[in-house]
Amino acid sequence: MRRLRTYGFVAAFLAVPFVLYTVFVISPYIQAFQISLTSWNGYSSVVSYVGLDNFVRLLRDEVFWRALRNHGVMLVTLPLVTIAIALFLSFLLNLGGGPGGSGVRGLWGSRFYRVVFFFPQVLAVAVVGVLFQAIYRPDEVGVLNGVLARLGIEPVGWLIEPSLALWSVIAVMVWQGVGFYVVLFSAGMAAIPKDYFEAAALDGAGRLRLFFSITLPLLRDTVQVGWIYLGIAALDGFALIQVLVGNKGEPDGATTILPITIYNNAFSYGKVGYASAMGVALFFLTVTFAVLTLRTTRRERVEL
Amino acid sequence: MREPARPRSGVLNGLSHVALAVWALLIILPLVWTFLASFKNNTEIFGDPLQLPGELRLDAWGRAWDKAHIGRYMFNTVIVVFFGTAGTMLFGAMAAYVLARFSFAGSKLIYYYFVAGLAFPVFLALGPLFFVVRQFGLLNSHVGLVLVYIAYSLPFTVFFLAAFFRTLPEAVAEAAMIDGASHTRTFFQVMVPMARPGLISITIFNVLGQWNQYLLPLVLVAGDPDKWVLTQGIASISTLAGYEADWPALFAALSLTILPVMVVYVIFQRQIQSGLGAGALK
Repeated sequence: MRRLRTYGFVAAFLAVPFVLYTVFVISPYIQAFQISLTSWNGYSSVVSYVGLDNFVRLLRDEVFWRALRNHGVMLVTLPLVTIAIALFLSFLLNLGGGPGGSGVRGLWGSRFYRVVFFFPQVLAVAVVGVLFQAIYRPDEVGVLNGVLARLGIEPVGWLIEPSLALWSVIAVMVWQGVGFYVVLFSAGMAAIPKDYFEAAALDGAGRLRLFFSITLPLLRDTVQVGWIYLGIAALDGFALIQVLVGNKGEPDGATTILPITIYNNAFSYGKVGYASAMGVALFFLTVTFAVLTLRTTRRERVEL
Repeated sequence: MREPARPRSGVLNGLSHVALAVWALLIILPLVWTFLASFKNNTEIFGDPLQLPGELRLDAWGRAWDKAHIGRYMFNTVIVVFFGTAGTMLFGAMAAYVLARFSFAGSKLIYYYFVAGLAFPVFLALGPLFFVVRQFGLLNSHVGLVLVYIAYSLPFTVFFLAAFFRTLPEAVAEAAMIDGASHTRTFFQVMVPMARPGLISITIFNVLGQWNQYLLPLVLVAGDPDKWVLTQGIASISTLAGYEADWPALFAALSLTILPVMVVYVIFQRQIQSGLGAGALK
């Protein structure tokens, strides 16, 4: 009786979340794999299976390769730059006081800095995109070009110069993301016992030495987590690029990315089958990236 | 050995402050600029971008609120996020609790079933999701959007809260059961209050995530501008502004979206940072 009641309770508590999740999350994912094998256009009732045709076409699609190239650039630079800046700033914030008289301490005002740094993280990416549109405007009216004009430099087409556009986008991602990783790394640094630094400082280690010999090795796991997060962000970029430069990958394919290409194919060109095949490709890319990162960065751990 | 290090330390401290201040300014200045640009008129907008507005004009804020429908978008967003987060927390906590504290045939499997949702990029589901929602007749409706928000917030919420419920002591729940409380009562009156810190973190996480959501409303309520949420509205004003050229109203609209977030952030910044950080420290 009691057992039965427990089962009833379990079932009652699980029913709604289970159904919602199955209907709106799992079933679309499963359908996506299925649809990727068809040439479905989104409205016709006839669905014809074309086998792996979509994937073969994908491999010959110039847009797909351009998107992959852009994701590759983002995958390398976004984590590297963001983590480097975030590590630098969080080190200054937490241990920047240096090995002074009373051991190691944070800098004055570090709380204020942390609050400011983190703020872009709570802004919607779409809002950030609109904000940076005004900053990147190609004429002297743009904020950045206004600054350049003061220095007597000609206006730069931040978002319309093919060789520059992707970098401008990545810069915004870094701008928004750094604060989160500062907080993340700060938490990691706070977990390192203070005696380590004090002992090293007594032995005469300077700040640089403290950073590279103590902080960095002990922060390895946290940095790895950050790296995966940023990598996944580099495989997305939808909202920012869509708002900042638009749907077409302007200028000249320089900002073509998979998520926007998927969106266009599914909702503008009526190529739902092809879009799903791209989604499947993106899924395998994401999983491969995560597994590779975990594999290659897993080494002997430093025991605390 | 400490003494000679002093002067060098002072210089380094100064440099540290310079580096930190530069990054802080990089973040503050664009926001301040947007805020100031909302007081400009069109002539000033197309003048020197580094000039301050001539006077404190508030008319653009009115235009943004009414004509650009920021008021409506704000209202829609509040409604959707309120019900979306409330539903996520209720159903997420229920599922997480059951999966964390009861072992029954398939409990592990169902847990992994929920958590598996974390591995898939949402773009994979995008096309089929649109058709699923259409099948239920829920396109261009807030109900549909709320249900989808809940569904997509569940994996992380269940994952996080299950871990949290597992850390809570057994004894209190057992005592409540011995006193004759039902499972449901034990959950709502004993376990939920005990899990408060975890619930607060993940609530903040979900509120922010749903407030900032752009892709899902873009796909699911695109057809009816009266149903749009803030992010959608802002993005569309910015594309329109090119033609209608009411730039001050665009910046006022941006300021109107940023300000409430800023106020909430300043009040709750500690919880927000730990709430978002919690995601990474699994």
